[in-house]
Amino acid sequence: MTEKLLPPQKKNPQLRQMVPTLPPQMRSRAALGLTSAAARGVFSLQHCEACGTVQYPPRDACCTCLSVDLAWRETARDGTVIAETRIHASPDPYYRERLPWRSGLVRLAAGPTVLCHLHGDVGRGDTIRMDLKLDKAGQGVMIALPQERSPDMEDDPQLRELTAHPKHRRVLITDIRSPATGPLIEALLKAGASHIFVGESESWRRGSDHAAIAALERVSVMPLDVSDPSSVKKLAAEIGGKTDILINTARHVRPGGVLGSDTVFAREEFEINALGLMRLAQAFGPGMASRTADGVNSAVAFVNLLSVHALSADPQYGAFSASQAAALSISQTLRAEFRASGLRVINVFAGPTDDEWHQPLPPPKVAPKVLSKSIVEALCEGLEDVYCGDVAKDLEERWRRDPKVLERELAGGA
Amino acid sequence: MKRQSYDGVVLTAPVSVPYVRYSQETAHWWIARALKQTLEVAGLSPRELDGFSVSSFTLFPDTPVGLTQHLGVSPRWLDSIPMGGASGVVALRRAARAVQVGDVDVVACIAGDANRIDSFRQLLSSFSRFAMDASYPYGSGGPNASFALIADAYMAEYGVTREDFGRIAVAQRANALNYPNAMMKSPLTLEQYLSARPISEPFGLFDCVMPCAGAEGFLVMREEEAQKRGLAYARISATIERHNAFPEDPVQLRGGWAMDIDELYGMAGCGPEAIDLLQTYDDYPVISMMQFEDLGFCAKGEGARFVREHDLTITGDFPHNTSGGQLSAGQAGAAGGYLGLVEAIRQVTGQAGGTQVAKARTAMVSGFGMINYDRGLCSSATILTGEGA
Repeated sequence: MTEKLLPPQKKNPQLRQMVPTLPPQMRSRAALGLTSAAARGVFSLQHCEACGTVQYPPRDACCTCLSVDLAWRETARDGTVIAETRIHASPDPYYRERLPWRSGLVRLAAGPTVLCHLHGDVGRGDTIRMDLKLDKAGQGVMIALPQERSPDMEDDPQLRELTAHPKHRRVLITDIRSPATGPLIEALLKAGASHIFVGESESWRRGSDHAAIAALERVSVMPLDVSDPSSVKKLAAEIGGKTDILINTARHVRPGGVLGSDTVFAREEFEINALGLMRLAQAFGPGMASRTADGVNSAVAFVNLLSVHALSADPQYGAFSASQAAALSISQTLRAEFRASGLRVINVFAGPTDDEWHQPLPPPKVAPKVLSKSIVEALCEGLEDVYCGDVAKDLEERWRRDPKVLERELAGGA
Repeated sequence: MKRQSYDGVVLTAPVSVPYVRYSQETAHWWIARALKQTLEVAGLSPRELDGFSVSSFTLFPDTPVGLTQHLGVSPRWLDSIPMGGASGVVALRRAARAVQVGDVDVVACIAGDANRIDSFRQLLSSFSRFAMDASYPYGSGGPNASFALIADAYMAEYGVTREDFGRIAVAQRANALNYPNAMMKSPLTLEQYLSARPISEPFGLFDCVMPCAGAEGFLVMREEEAQKRGLAYARISATIERHNAFPEDPVQLRGGWAMDIDELYGMAGCGPEAIDLLQTYDDYPVISMMQFEDLGFCAKGEGARFVREHDLTITGDFPHNTSGGQLSAGQAGAAGGYLGLVEAIRQVTGQAGGTQVAKARTAMVSGFGMINYDRGLCSSATILTGEGA
């Protein structure tokens, strides 16, 4: 059974802080199919379209019939551990600091033998559930997990390296006024977050939620206006060194297309939704990136809430969609810039949320509670792209199938 | 169709350039030294080099083509054997056929590798595409971890213990003490083997080879050519090679020899009882034990009993890896795939010096190479004969 992870000791400033290093990062193009699946939390392997062979490691041709018609398909996760080892010596700097490390061979029911990380609760002879997760290098890797959930299994040190679990970590939620913030605080505390900072802009006009949130234990409300550079810098100076997870809930939404709208509203949307993200990343990013190997409460994730219309515009929210596309683009650059540190950038895409600015739209809409659940799940599972709710999932599928068809359908009000 | 014999073709002029743990010198330097030595034994000048077969992991960005200009040689026959531990036997197979049909008169077969500080890590991380994609990211234990998994499955399947593997390592160390070029110079006891620090369980330190720099080489020529030059030589009774055998096996509990062993003995016209000494590819003792089984010295799963019942030292009833193998002599990259072959040529030609086995007339050498993902892909073997000591 996994040993329960204890809260971290107070850090001794005289001891060396572990510097961020990454596990091996190089992959072939074919192997990035694993990364793509892991980022979304699905378990996919290469299937031959001609003969049905399931193969691993990823190849450029079928190892049974030589067809090059290969597709990534969701695959059964069950298998049996047929060999295990505990590695005590490695020339790789990342693993040297984390030895001993367990790996094993698993014979998947789907066919191939997989060399994988082993969760502490599984060993030779066990039937397991294989999972694909992103490692600190941002690449998809296999880990064999117990078939049944065991208590505290997420505390396993090898599994925890592959997730952004909130347990014992300190979280900053940037906007107290987001409808998602309340349920998010509740879900994070339940998942074991040690402290939650909540940003509040214009604190002279407090919202109705203020008192309830400010009264919570392990929660502090802090002044933060993401459209104001000095406000962001000031808060980063105060809590940047103890922000392990940053969840950006700040956003500005106004309905309307492009032709008929005042650019003042558009400017406001870009200020908060796109440039606000940049300001937060500039102020908090470097500090977080330097603490990604810093023990139990190391920095792990930078989370953005995006509209799924970042992928393809909703003409009824033209400027807002544009600001979301800009934010998505910024998040991709941040991923590249944080890559060397292992800090994960998570995008949670949602359809219209159930709030005052989406009133004209028909249901289904995303309830704040559902959104908060998706965010915490993304952290616990270590995902990179999450589509929350039916509208976002539907839109993502259509976007994958054909972005042009989707564009036409959205233009027609579909 | 039955394969033709290698009648009329011989192996001669075995050379070993003493290994060094870390060296600033390049693969080109090591290969040049082995080539010079082996040519000198035969009284040939570099200009006279007719055929050249090269195995090396560390020539990059060069290939053997660049090496010809680098070394100023103009061979009419050039080969590159990138098969790691199977390279020696495979090089001799290719060269022997070319000499036999007259495409070339004399082939120098050379393996050599550099080992600078940190070059082993760089080699591991880009060893193969599957290693890069699917084994190195999982703890970066390198071949130690990959073969530890094979050993774990093998021990569980056949009830083998670490003591059984230890017997192989201890006997090889005893042999190495008689081989002046061996990197390991002090005796090893079974207790030391068992209590060594763990490397990748079930492996401890003495299950693993020490990477180093070095080179090995020999010449392939017609028998009358060797006689004309007054060289002692070994004949080739039979050879086999195989790649990616048994891909359906979930984990490697047998190597490609198991597919081809009957053909090897059939071609040689003998059985395992005729073998006076055996040189296996010993990147790990478990792989040597697997070879005892797959080469027909005992049944599958009987390897542990076989090592308990036999003395594997030079003076024992089953002389094995007489120069200490890679476990005690060191692993000089691709030269590790030549170590046993070069030693076997010395043995059957009576030139082995301190490691000479009495009445060594028939030797078997097996090669094994290239852990591409989860298993070694190349296997090879040969039976050599000579006049002995």
